[in-house]
Amino acid sequence: MEVPILKQGDVLIATFQAALSDADLNQLRSGLVQRVVRFRSRAVIVDVTAMDVMDSFASRTLREIAHMIRLRGAETVIVGIQPEVAFAMVQLGLTLEGVATALDLEEGLAYLKQKFAIVH
Amino acid sequence: MAVSTGEVHVAINSDEDIILARKRGRALATEIGFVATDATLIATAISELARNIVSYASKGEVILRVVNGSNRKGLSIIASDNGPGIRDVHQALRDGFSTSGSLGMGLPGVRRLMDEFEVASEPGRGTTVTVKKWK
Repeated sequence: MEVPILKQGDVLIATFQAALSDADLNQLRSGLVQRVVRFRSRAVIVDVTAMDVMDSFASRTLREIAHMIRLRGAETVIVGIQPEVAFAMVQLGLTLEGVATALDLEEGLAYLKQKFAIVH
Repeated sequence: MAVSTGEVHVAINSDEDIILARKRGRALATEIGFVATDATLIATAISELARNIVSYASKGEVILRVVNGSNRKGLSIIASDNGPGIRDVHQALRDGFSTSGSLGMGLPGVRRLMDEFEVASEPGRGTTVTVKKWK
């Protein structure tokens, strides 16, 4: 299932709708990086509220997305990691070190506005 | 789904099957009364084990089985393949070790998610990882 990517001014918003296969995650990665370049976006928000499992592959892919986008000079915020998912990630030893996270989409946008003066 | 027998088999042939296996595992865990947090830990462990099958052996099987302890129920997950096997199981259980260029979180991480953990592997023959979570 492809992840829809919405453009809101300087911000791209990718919202997970369901569990994603590895192929979907790889597609999201290239789709986001391409759009950041095409639209000269300043920030990306990845909303993972609907994600019920974050395994090592998903977390590595999210980290790669954030690092690639930073190399373009833009910011990434991962929002909506569910409490059980966070618990499982810590047990598993997964971190999203160096990647900004926020409670939900609203908080993510507020963070971008406050810290980088990026307005959607 | 073969829930009536308390056992579900999921063939693992591609990354899509990883999602199927963890969905089945979550459903079975919820059905026997695991709380949401534990069901997520179980689904995450299944995801990692099924991923190991896809990454190292290409194909294999995940068996989910309801088990009865002396006074509690549990869920056992058996992930098996006929792949290359693990040459040094002790090394594979150390944090940070990986031979496929992944994060190396696989087995030690799964061990932390579950209550019981067992690996049987023979180089050239395959690997069977059996884990259990008790309610």
